Amino acid sequence: MQRLLHPFFQNGSTMSNNDLKISESSSAIPFWRDERGIRAIAQIISTLLIIAVIWFAAVNFLKAADNRGMTLSYDFLKNPAGFSISDPAIEYDPSMNFGRAFLVGLLNTLRVSLIGIVAATILGTLVALARLSTNWLMSKIALFYIEFHRNIPLLVLLFLWYSTVFKSFPKVDDSIVLPGPSYLNLRGIYLAWPRLTETGSIFAISLGIAIIAAIASYIILRKKRAITGKDTYYSQISFAILIILPTIGWFLSGGEPYWLDIPFRKGFNFQGGNRITPEFAGLFVGLVTYTAGFIAEVVRAGVQAVDKGQFEAGKAIGLSSSQVLSLVVMPQALRIIIPPMISQYLNLTKNSSLALAIGFMDLFSIGKTAINQAGRAVPVFALVMVTYLSLSLITSFFLNWYNRSIQFKER
Amino acid sequence: MSINTNPQVLPPPDPPGPIKWLKDNLFGNLFNSILTIFSLLIVYFLLGGVIEWFFNTADWRPVTKAPLLYVIGSYPREEMWRVGLSVTVVFFLLGISWGKWGGLLKSVSLALGGIFFVLAILPVKHVQLDVAMRTYLGITVFVMALGYILGRAEKLKPNLIYILWLISPIIIVVLFAGIENSEVLKQVATTSWGGLMVTFLLAIGGILISFPIGVALALGRRSTLPIVSASSTIFIETIRGVPLITILFMFSIILGLFLPADARLDRLLRALMAVTVFSSAYTAENIRGGLQSISKGQYEAAHALGMNNFQTMFFIVLPQAIKVVIPAIVGQFISLFKDTTLVVIVGINDLLGIGRSVINSESDFLQLQLEVYIFIALIYWVFSYFMSVASRRVEASLGVSN
Repeated sequence: MQRLLHPFFQNGSTMSNNDLKISESSSAIPFWRDERGIRAIAQIISTLLIIAVIWFAAVNFLKAADNRGMTLSYDFLKNPAGFSISDPAIEYDPSMNFGRAFLVGLLNTLRVSLIGIVAATILGTLVALARLSTNWLMSKIALFYIEFHRNIPLLVLLFLWYSTVFKSFPKVDDSIVLPGPSYLNLRGIYLAWPRLTETGSIFAISLGIAIIAAIASYIILRKKRAITGKDTYYSQISFAILIILPTIGWFLSGGEPYWLDIPFRKGFNFQGGNRITPEFAGLFVGLVTYTAGFIAEVVRAGVQAVDKGQFEAGKAIGLSSSQVLSLVVMPQALRIIIPPMISQYLNLTKNSSLALAIGFMDLFSIGKTAINQAGRAVPVFALVMVTYLSLSLITSFFLNWYNRSIQFKER
Repeated sequence: MSINTNPQVLPPPDPPGPIKWLKDNLFGNLFNSILTIFSLLIVYFLLGGVIEWFFNTADWRPVTKAPLLYVIGSYPREEMWRVGLSVTVVFFLLGISWGKWGGLLKSVSLALGGIFFVLAILPVKHVQLDVAMRTYLGITVFVMALGYILGRAEKLKPNLIYILWLISPIIIVVLFAGIENSEVLKQVATTSWGGLMVTFLLAIGGILISFPIGVALALGRRSTLPIVSASSTIFIETIRGVPLITILFMFSIILGLFLPADARLDRLLRALMAVTVFSSAYTAENIRGGLQSISKGQYEAAHALGMNNFQTMFFIVLPQAIKVVIPAIVGQFISLFKDTTLVVIVGINDLLGIGRSVINSESDFLQLQLEVYIFIALIYWVFSYFMSVASRRVEASLGVSN
């Protein structure tokens, strides 16, 4: 009987073996009208097509590889790279191997992306707040910022920042001096930078422990208050931990945990301090200002999506403005903000590959240099693409997990 | 405790007018006033600086020296009429469609026609804006108006307009590239194509070709056939997980290795393929979103009418799904339009590439990078901004926005 029904109404799992036998034995329905027949044929054809494409590519590649004497192995990763990297995140020199060079590239990409994500989130939220401001002028300035950055290509913005700002600073002799003293010139930004003294690690460790302990005690004591109903003075206690522990560390380290690394002139260049190359600065500022325009729109849309009645209800039960914002509005807005925010973070990470255009040595640009040096286009490319892909997948996995944890729990 | 029987009388509201507006929006309270003064200072210095720079300090020679370069690159000037004719054809079709359907097409036509008209009567003396060029611009606007009148005619069937639109890309590509061994349409190597022409070619070509591929991928991903669904998903997620620049490089460096040794693909074509592949993954996800928004009842109703799966998909589900995702596709087109700038990195002279070659063409232009980049940014800005405004209008007219 079931054969009379349209295939759509047949649920494959509910069909018993009996039905199958009937349809097979009675050849009333030709196989091209049989849903399962069509499915099987479609499956086979698509498989064949995919195999054919891969086969075609593989055969051609093997021929080309044979002609040019290429190999697909990753042995070259152990060979010395032979090119220098201007702004390495970890120690590197040209005599080190390709593997090390890729690691430097990956770390450079991660460095600019992570700092960029934090900075873009802060800037974007500030712009969104300005956009939501009841002050007409402030809101219009924010609107201008958003519309400007959303409608021009990132590459143009990067060239603007890099060539016309960071590469247009004066020569070393006429460096701009900022308080610190820090110096701005054609070769980069030299910041006076606090560095740990020999005993400074004691202070740094105590500071780290204090932060973790303060957060832990805040969470635990707050939970305890929620359970027992008695005030546990959680904010006071965690604040005290945050002050006392580092102070002890300060005295243990001899009162001088830090020294100020001040850049000084040596020969034709500056030495010391924390040098930020124009390439890093250009890429960083370009990425941050661009992404902030998009993040601002995401945040604005999220906050505006919260019903006005929520503000009013919060006020009506006696919460202060900041309590309404942090306890009522933000938890609801975050649910709307987080998914598009994830894709903005991923975009920023992927866009950091534009570093190539302005000469910052990130993963992609080191991959391209390695292709020129070692000539292994396919293995290098596969490595670079797989790295980007895993970065995207790992990021979206963690952020999606976080997103799930803050969504409404519907039962 | 006495009950106040006289309810407190509120002061009368401020009379509406500029003062009330100022009070409401700028000087409501102390904090607001400080913010306003602070913003005023920003605006004053920023706007003052920008205006001063724009009109006095900036040296616009790199732009004014050869504006045509930014439009068509180094396309042979004696063959320029072919680009012009293509633009006229598009304007004609736009005019017809405007007459037929109005709406978004009306604003697009008016904007483009307006730009051409203003250029035609621009009171500036310039070598490249001579009488012939002005006549051409004027005629093109006239052709658009002609198209509009034609489009108003009831007799003209919409199907004919669709067919004209469908064959117009072929005409344009033939006009641009020329035909082998032809006297009238000499072949023009794509290496000499450049400027806005290439930018639009890549963006429009990419979105158009990626559309059917994207539909196929979306259907593939939703398919119940495990192999089809798995391979579509892997393709989409891989493309979306890597930066566009890696795909561009893959097509420009590595693709050759996977093709027969004698197959030589044009550089611009390879870039177009990369842009298309990139865009198709995003189109697929957009369309999948549209497909998910179609309720199950639509399928069931179609099946109840005796339609098979194919008919259900192509006559019932897809038309509705595509309508829902039009705003998303327009948004994708805008970002693709901006993303095409990346082809500069693989050595194609799109608008940005031309700008960079202008900067490097003369030694004193090296100091004028800001002017060139600002000019290019403005062109991109104008196109993307008005496209996004137009897309919001489409959204409103389709009634799909919330």
